[in-house]
Amino acid sequence: MTTDPVNPAPRLDNQDPALFGQTPSQTVGPFFHYGLPWKGGADLVGQSDMGARPELFPEEHYVLNRSPPRGAVGGETIVLEGVVYDAEGKPVPDAMIEIWQANAAGRYASPDDDRPDVPLDEGFIGFGRAATDENGLYRFRTVRPGPVPGPGNRLQAPHIAVGVFGRGLIKRLATRIYFEDAAENDADPILALVPAERRDTLVARKGRNDAWRFDIILQGERETVFFDV
Amino acid sequence: MSLILPYAREDAGQPPSLHPGYASTVARSPRQPLVEIPHTLTETTGPAGCWDSLMGGALADLTTQHKGTPQGQRIIVSGRVLDENGRPVPNTVMEIWQANAAGRYIHKKDQWDAPLDPNFTGAGRVVTDAEGRYRYVTVRPGAYPWGNHHNAWRPSHIHLSLLGPAFATRLVTQMYFPDDPLIEIDPIANAVPTPFRQRMVSRFDLATTQPNWALGYLFDVVLRGREATPPDTEHGEDDHDD
Repeated sequence: MTTDPVNPAPRLDNQDPALFGQTPSQTVGPFFHYGLPWKGGADLVGQSDMGARPELFPEEHYVLNRSPPRGAVGGETIVLEGVVYDAEGKPVPDAMIEIWQANAAGRYASPDDDRPDVPLDEGFIGFGRAATDENGLYRFRTVRPGPVPGPGNRLQAPHIAVGVFGRGLIKRLATRIYFEDAAENDADPILALVPAERRDTLVARKGRNDAWRFDIILQGERETVFFDV
Repeated sequence: MSLILPYAREDAGQPPSLHPGYASTVARSPRQPLVEIPHTLTETTGPAGCWDSLMGGALADLTTQHKGTPQGQRIIVSGRVLDENGRPVPNTVMEIWQANAAGRYIHKKDQWDAPLDPNFTGAGRVVTDAEGRYRYVTVRPGAYPWGNHHNAWRPSHIHLSLLGPAFATRLVTQMYFPDDPLIEIDPIANAVPTPFRQRMVSRFDLATTQPNWALGYLFDVVLRGREATPPDTEHGEDDHDD
């Protein structure tokens, strides 16, 4: 870019057609709690306050959603929880986890899943959001998803898509949660793309109180597999 | 089953996860290579049209959420949400949050010694119309110091969060203001290579500005779009009735 000292050219900006393309990603920073994770965001089947951190800002500044009512949701209700760790093994207390999943029948509540033969649940969207707590722990309540179609007309094993955000994360990290006891895992076409010795970082296991445990290790030994999607 | 139309991958303007100038990326970014996976129904779907049930109803004026008027320069920010093929992204949610005019967040962990404003929360959300347009009213956020390095200051910015139509189109970004000298010395903005960093710099716009009321800024958000070339398919357009 040249600059004329008499008549400076306008700086390139968002509106410049020559620059048109994907808007770059930036971190959520440490102060997203009053702007993103709403009460109930982590409860995909009930009406609890799970997901938010309202203690981090005054109540009069809570302008996010409040535990909307749900309709009927079929399938097995599960609790999914885990801790986000950094490279030193320290929990990350200012991360945010998002999940996206099919219902128990394996149908996504999205116009881009238009299979009429697989039923939707009136009360189930399948999108959730949870801030990690001061100990780096996130927790969702949802249903165990059914299998969904994959490449080459093969079924994918039941899984939940996960996005990780936080201070120090310039862009979302994407991963998946599979379930340890699912027989379909061995034939899953996405797991097959992951080096065998790292596949278990994508598998949730039954932990305390019958919850499914899925820790997310951002870096280091047993680093979670993250996907280029 | 549904035909999968994959989305384009990241373009050259996306930052890396590790940018040592932004110190907290060092221990929080993966070192193993990302595993590239084909787009399946999981990546090409996403919630749609249910924003009131998720984030809540629209909240497009951040200056009228409390009893009084917030301090600072009132501004209007408007623009369009498009995909990278130039098509509008209608009926999609944009969540926004920001510091107040003094550069202070309402958040309890923000310990900077600048005044809080009881009349300003700094959070809102809007849904794009059929042409992908959005508009919200707020105050221009202030710059603020942070602990990344000696004498580090963040440029004025508004945080934006968009889902778009699919898991693959998710975007969180920050909007900056024109002629802010702090952008060039900000490690977070500078994680994005030039000239693409300038995609995050809004433009002052007199036509958006309302006389005797508020300055106007334009900012378009460009999400990932479907791949320009459809995937190889054995079911061409001419054999739909077999």
